[in-house]
Amino acid sequence: MTKSDTSVASAVLIMDGDAIRRALRRIAHEIVERNPDLKRVVLAGIPSRGNEIARRIADTISVIEETNIDVGTIDVAMHRDDVGTRSELPIVQASRLPLPLENRTVVIVDDVLFTGRTVRAAMDAINSFGRPARIQLAALIDRGHRELPIRADYVGKNLPTAFTEKVRVQLGDDQGSEGVWLIKEEKR
Amino acid sequence: MTRARESEPTVVSKVETRTDLRWSRKDLLGLRELSADEINFVLDTADAFKQVGTREIKKVPALRGKTLVNFFVEPSTRTKTSFELAAFRLSADVINISVTTSSLTKGETLKDTAKNLQALHADILVLRHSSAGAPQFLAERLQSSVINAGDGAHEHPTQGLLDLYTIREKKGRMDGLHVVIVGDILFSRVARSNVFALIKFGARVTLVGPSTLVPRDFERLGVTISHDIDQVLPTADVVNLLRIQHERQRKEYFPGLGEYVRLFGLTKERAKLLRPDCLIMHPGPVNRGVEIDSEVADGNQSVILDQVTNGLAVRMAVLYLCGGIAT
Repeated sequence: MTKSDTSVASAVLIMDGDAIRRALRRIAHEIVERNPDLKRVVLAGIPSRGNEIARRIADTISVIEETNIDVGTIDVAMHRDDVGTRSELPIVQASRLPLPLENRTVVIVDDVLFTGRTVRAAMDAINSFGRPARIQLAALIDRGHRELPIRADYVGKNLPTAFTEKVRVQLGDDQGSEGVWLIKEEKR
Repeated sequence: MTRARESEPTVVSKVETRTDLRWSRKDLLGLRELSADEINFVLDTADAFKQVGTREIKKVPALRGKTLVNFFVEPSTRTKTSFELAAFRLSADVINISVTTSSLTKGETLKDTAKNLQALHADILVLRHSSAGAPQFLAERLQSSVINAGDGAHEHPTQGLLDLYTIREKKGRMDGLHVVIVGDILFSRVARSNVFALIKFGARVTLVGPSTLVPRDFERLGVTISHDIDQVLPTADVVNLLRIQHERQRKEYFPGLGEYVRLFGLTKERAKLLRPDCLIMHPGPVNRGVEIDSEVADGNQSVILDQVTNGLAVRMAVLYLCGGIAT
């Protein structure tokens, strides 16, 4: 994503806007299939793109099932385990979840699943609000390289990557067109 | 927490509209040197931390493993407690050192005491000191983050931030507001921090008090000076009443409590001059019947207890930002 004097970045388009839409529609169907009682489901997006994805999934579910589904947002910044080791602090934001969480299924929604540390932080954050019946995970992209025993329940696309590569997700709320790109930085 | 169909796009757009600013200071010494963007960034961060207090588990691991030293070389209960609770909520470990327990009474210099604290690997030092500039002196010499919890009559930045946070929260803006600060301005670090910050946001500030305690010098900061509170109150959006600091007062500055109440106290009668939406603030502890009548302090325009709640959120934000950056 960043360019410097010694390296050049090449971007390969992995998913276009239509592919993203189809993947999210499939995830919506899978969530409906796995959760017969949709009233108990909360889609909790991780800012910022997880929020947008959660909203799109919720919109699709409301069309196919004609029922509205709770959407929330879950801050992970203050639950991360690498504060003090990064030169840049993540921006913290308020979480918004429907309370109480008891007997509910919280589906964590994020754009890219990578090391799993963000999801671990999200689970900690959710637990500080209460004790949901279960927590599930939906990700638009699963790019591998997990550092924790975490896997997604719903995946838009499995994308094999090298650790050093980057995945860029652009949604309608970003500048420019929608899509998922794999960014490779090559040494010159 | 909205239903899908009526979900507003605010969550995402709020992120996008934030500045690209990233916090890069290890210390918070005063508000004078902060930009309006930096102050807003702290207040936005405090927004997120305020919500932690409403959770079932009011604690996040953001500063887990960090050690905070509350070093108060001047008495304080609420500021110290507020910092302590803020540190607890961020999972930091806290040591309290106060005047009486410190070796300063045995003749150790401030620098030596601080060096010792650093040798113990204290990550964050919260310092209250009677000498202006003491926090800066240490910040320049220590690797630890230094947070000024009030230095002499210089600044009290977290009090200034929590006052701003409360104003922003209640009024939705700061520019164009008329903020009246009443009382002992000369000795007040709270007043200075407030003035420095409010002016950056385009607020109009009037300082009110006896001429001995509100010197004309302050006009150079871009504020208006008045000695007639009744003339100022009708146009105020915010009235911030400073505590009369008995412990700092010397007789020559001060007309006496009875006369102060008569001339500058926010009495029940005087409060009628205020607009109904004017906020009444006080940094505490309140001298009931002196700066403010009990009924006014407990009335519906008073946001004094909101200030206490917000102080905790603001201090969490400051500790997180200063203590969280890699050093």
